[in-house]
Amino acid sequence: MKSVITLFKKDLLLEIRQQYSFYGILLYMGATIFVLFLAIAEPEKEIWNGLFWVIQLFICINAVAKSFMQESRARMLYFYTVASPVHFMIAKLLFNSLLMLLMTLISLLLFLAFIGNPAEKLLPFTGLALLGGFSLSMVFTFLAAIAAKARQNAAIMAVLGFPLIVPQLMLLMKLSNAAFFAGQSFQWSDILLLIALDFLVGLLSVILFPFLWKD
Amino acid sequence: MKKAWWKILCVVLLVYAIIGGLLVKIPDLPVLGETIRNVFYHVGMWAAMFVLFTCSLVHAIRYLSKGNLKNDIAASNYASVGIVFGLLGYATGAVWASYTWADPNNPAFDSFSAVAREPKLIGTAVALLIYFAYFILRSSIQDMDQKARISAVYNIFAFAMLFPTIMVVPRLLPSLHPGQDGNPALNFRDSSPAMRMIQYPAFIGWALLGVWIATVSIRLNYIKEKHFIK
Repeated sequence: MKSVITLFKKDLLLEIRQQYSFYGILLYMGATIFVLFLAIAEPEKEIWNGLFWVIQLFICINAVAKSFMQESRARMLYFYTVASPVHFMIAKLLFNSLLMLLMTLISLLLFLAFIGNPAEKLLPFTGLALLGGFSLSMVFTFLAAIAAKARQNAAIMAVLGFPLIVPQLMLLMKLSNAAFFAGQSFQWSDILLLIALDFLVGLLSVILFPFLWKD
Repeated sequence: MKKAWWKILCVVLLVYAIIGGLLVKIPDLPVLGETIRNVFYHVGMWAAMFVLFTCSLVHAIRYLSKGNLKNDIAASNYASVGIVFGLLGYATGAVWASYTWADPNNPAFDSFSAVAREPKLIGTAVALLIYFAYFILRSSIQDMDQKARISAVYNIFAFAMLFPTIMVVPRLLPSLHPGQDGNPALNFRDSSPAMRMIQYPAFIGWALLGVWIATVSIRLNYIKEKHFIK
């Protein structure tokens, strides 16, 4: 547990010291949403929903992709000698999900400001957006580890990830439609299913990462 | 000859499925009519595809535990034959759908997207995309051992995510496809006992044929790579 916290602190410290990546993602997000604002005024609810989740997907790929690629070969070798792969992976999952929660919150605010607020129930939708951001970050953290091991850029991560993220995205879009229309209520079984999927992804990443880790 | 029993079984089952499939008395259902006989061939493709992907998964797990490159070659060959069966499943499904779903009087079938928004089609599309991505990942890595290890990890992760997809997606979309609740291959409310006598052997026969094709291509690759494998 202690080494998880230490590794987590290391990621946090790196993020604070090398602010270019954090502001880079912020700018990416701001620019994308601004372009959307220029392209379409006040879209319909379904279109808002689709755009929001697709933008989340791309933000997630950009935010999470660097988490393993920033570690050079020599530094990975150093971690190999001092930390266990399970702790390393848990620290990365924690850090990336925190980063993605923050990014989701900011992009939701930008969406509400620029593209309008279609949600009848804003508070549940915010919770749903956060849960969605968390799910995306879990899946893409593991794929970032695979892509980094293959020494590839973020493009291969998108190729590997898009088919896998389909069930979560479809569930999220269905649930957010319930937040947009006053008459519909949330299906708790769908929310539980999302949480169960997150749990499955977390478990698989912790089990499989040790095999990726050794060279 | 001792090891060939399952190949003989495969031929016998498929001959039985083709002859029996064309002769068996079918329940006279509206819309479906005689096209219901396609169930022996169309659903058999999916059965074979899933058996092959499962074999690929088993070999990926065995590669990670033993580190023998033979398992990696087997995993990739099972996956590629699985993709072929998936595409054949689409082809037989398209023929079937053109007789049952395509209806010039129904405006819902004017566009391709109306038909494509079908849970079974989406589930299979996800499965095929996953295995296409698997081959792209493989071709992007030069080092053989690393290629084997990383693609085995992706194979296991992707397969574990595939099953939620197949279970989740049908709950989200309406469907015309039979077998809406649960597994379409094992739901036989529309079929008669006589048909079931042919369905099960046909599925096993197609799955065996898939494995047979895969083992031939695996042996071919063993010879190609004989300098690298023990």
